Amino acid sequence: MFRDITLGQYYPGQSIIHRLDPRTKLLWTLVYIVSLFVADNKYAYGASVLALAAVIILSSVPFTHMLKGLKAVLVILIISVLFNLFLTDGRVLVSFWIFKITLEGIRRAVFMAVRLVCLILGASLMTYTTTPNQLTDGIERGLGFLKLIRVPVHEIAMMMSIALRFIPILTEELDKIIKAQTARGADLESGNFIKRAKAMTPILIPLFVSAFRRAGDLAQAMEARCYHGGRGRTRMNPLSMAGRDYAAIIIMFAYLGGIIVLSVLL
Amino acid sequence: MSIEIKNLSYTYNNPGSENGSRFVLKNISATIKKDEITAIIGPTGSGKSTLVQHLNLLLHASEGDILYDGRSIYGDDFDRKTLRASVGLVFQYPEYQLFENDIFTDVCFGPKNLGLEKDEVESRAKKALLAVGFSDSDFSRSPFELSGGQRRRAAIAGVLAMQPEYLVLDEPAAGLDPKGRRELFQMLRRLHDENGVGIVLVSHSMDDVADFAGKILVLNDGRVIFDDTPERIFSHGEELRTVGLDVPQAARLAEILREYGFDLPQGLITMDRLRTAITDCFNRGDK
Amino acid sequence: MPIIKAENLSYDYVRRDENDNIVDSIHALSDINLEIEEGQFVAVIGHNGSGKSTFAKLLNALLIPTSGKLFVGGIDTADESRLWDIRRTAGMVFQNPDNQIIASVVEEDVAFGPENMGVPTEEIRRRVDAALKTVGMTKFAKSSPNRLSGGQKQRVAIAGALAIMPKCMIFDESTAMLDPIGRAEVMSVAKKLNKEQRLTIIFITHYMEEAAQADRVIVMNKGKIVMDGIPREVFTETEKLTACGLEPPQMTMLAKDLRDAGLALPHGIISAEELADALRVLKGQ
Repeated sequence: MFRDITLGQYYPGQSIIHRLDPRTKLLWTLVYIVSLFVADNKYAYGASVLALAAVIILSSVPFTHMLKGLKAVLVILIISVLFNLFLTDGRVLVSFWIFKITLEGIRRAVFMAVRLVCLILGASLMTYTTTPNQLTDGIERGLGFLKLIRVPVHEIAMMMSIALRFIPILTEELDKIIKAQTARGADLESGNFIKRAKAMTPILIPLFVSAFRRAGDLAQAMEARCYHGGRGRTRMNPLSMAGRDYAAIIIMFAYLGGIIVLSVLL
Repeated sequence: MSIEIKNLSYTYNNPGSENGSRFVLKNISATIKKDEITAIIGPTGSGKSTLVQHLNLLLHASEGDILYDGRSIYGDDFDRKTLRASVGLVFQYPEYQLFENDIFTDVCFGPKNLGLEKDEVESRAKKALLAVGFSDSDFSRSPFELSGGQRRRAAIAGVLAMQPEYLVLDEPAAGLDPKGRRELFQMLRRLHDENGVGIVLVSHSMDDVADFAGKILVLNDGRVIFDDTPERIFSHGEELRTVGLDVPQAARLAEILREYGFDLPQGLITMDRLRTAITDCFNRGDK
Repeated sequence: MPIIKAENLSYDYVRRDENDNIVDSIHALSDINLEIEEGQFVAVIGHNGSGKSTFAKLLNALLIPTSGKLFVGGIDTADESRLWDIRRTAGMVFQNPDNQIIASVVEEDVAFGPENMGVPTEEIRRRVDAALKTVGMTKFAKSSPNRLSGGQKQRVAIAGALAIMPKCMIFDESTAMLDPIGRAEVMSVAKKLNKEQRLTIIFITHYMEEAAQADRVIVMNKGKIVMDGIPREVFTETEKLTACGLEPPQMTMLAKDLRDAGLALPHGIISAEELADALRVLKGQ
């Protein structure tokens, strides 16, 4: 059941999006997120959906694969849509019991849904098309200036990359532990909240023990391969901005300008 | 007393797994008898682990049926909890599921889940720990103080304390050193012979199962390719090798000796039998 | 000069309380004296807790000797200033394939070592390609490690150690978690490295069939070296092996039983082929 989480997993490919410099993609993602919050009418939202669709097509990551990533946040999505739908004042269209649906509510719920879906798809598109190591590089080099104010950029980037590598391993392990304890009669499905939280102990303790064991092993393996922090490291695939990156950045500014114009003027 | 697997098929979608999207068990039929140790062998990815997870309803067959003493485990009147207690499943590397501060409390987890009285829970835990070779003085030890082999046995006790009719073990000897392996198999043999527990064992090691099992199921690519006694299965050396398996070392030596013109009987799958056969062969020559 | 040299090497695992007083100390290794020549394929066997893994970790300076000296490629492993030289000399492959692969793409993982060492970019690429080719994983260069079998993952780990260009490779129970096919994969790569690249191999295992393929077998028990010789010599001392909690190869045991039953078989049989040949000779007489 936990294996369905595909959020953040690299999807191998050779598309133009895959080949973009991770810094370009990071910047694009950031600007895209900003644009989603700037947009406040259907034209601007339409433009951002179209832009995302274009990039998804260019990336050749199958759309069904992208949708699986949404599954993990489906609950949050539904809750926020419902909140907007029922709790917005305005012209009442339908009302029953204490609930009323307003025209403004529908509008906001739809916008909220579009915004969230675009946000998640946009952000996950970056991790789908960028290997964690490239991402690490991108963060390290793109945010390198933060080192000046003593932010351990390299360490943060390395931790992220390792976390991404171990997510599938630990989810598989979690699955196995749940099965093993279920085989010992553990009941994880019934009872009230407290009872169920208590029932998680036999799952969580082995998971933590295993995570710590793996962390210890990994630290040793890294040391054995001469890891000693970011100092003096070189790269097999050093980042270099190519023509396509500059083109992507120009398009990005055009897009951002377009969204602002659409939002302000219309 | 038996578990009957009837035309069982299983399909699942698994995006994160090794070989892409689906893995399948195809039309598996077999009978597991309680009074006979059954081994399931097959290369990695052949579906062994998937199959055993069906035996106590951790996985649900897409098609087909499993009969426990003649009754379908998928029937509405069949209690899932009873089945999980009757068919104890020990996963690979089970020691990683230990979670309590001492092994006694950990072993109590299973029987406690069955809703038994405290006295009964503790007496079962005690019996189980003694059965796997611990003594009273070990009960309060933390799993972290134990050796790998001991931890493994404590984990097996955790399942045994539910007093299952069958104990199903997935690669129980994986990663143990020779001494740990030997102790483990002796213990399983004792559980079967003395306590009457039915044993089903998933294994990679031909030498282990030749000595141990009364019957072997060989799986490949989700299908049963052999279902027979070890003697007969290990006479198919060529076929086993084509699917990435092999015969026990004794059977291998017997194969070579036959090529060399030795007149040896069939079914020489253990070192004991081979030794007798070879000495017989030479004694006959003397006469 | 031997590539590995231990002089009265000891290592204790020490547990201390909050005030730094010693609560408990376990002698994992005591008084080891040993020399390993460059280019040898040495198997180290012993039951769990015999000290063999501690020895492996000392070789890579992941642990520092409690007393005595250990030299790797002539460098004292206790010399902190030479730490990276030691790790560059002795590459290491661990037990759990999942817990030693750092990157999410095979070739990026292989590049991790040389990147840490500050090797120039073009040179890293050359090393990664060569290492992947040696272990036969070129086809999987762009794959995710999660999609590989256990044996393939270990081959990636070997390539990762190889890219450091060590003089010696330590396999710390690298086959323990693998199926028979995976074990054979790792063993054949180890033998290839030894033959073709003259790498010194230290192969720690508890599988006798693997140890039988080495040039030299070292048996450890309770932190001491109890036997040291060519496999044939070591494995025929069946009582001594059993006393160490090990199981002599089945064929050696069978040959011994047959000898006891009166067959005039020679000593030193360790494989099925050898026993079959000996029996054929005997029958011909």
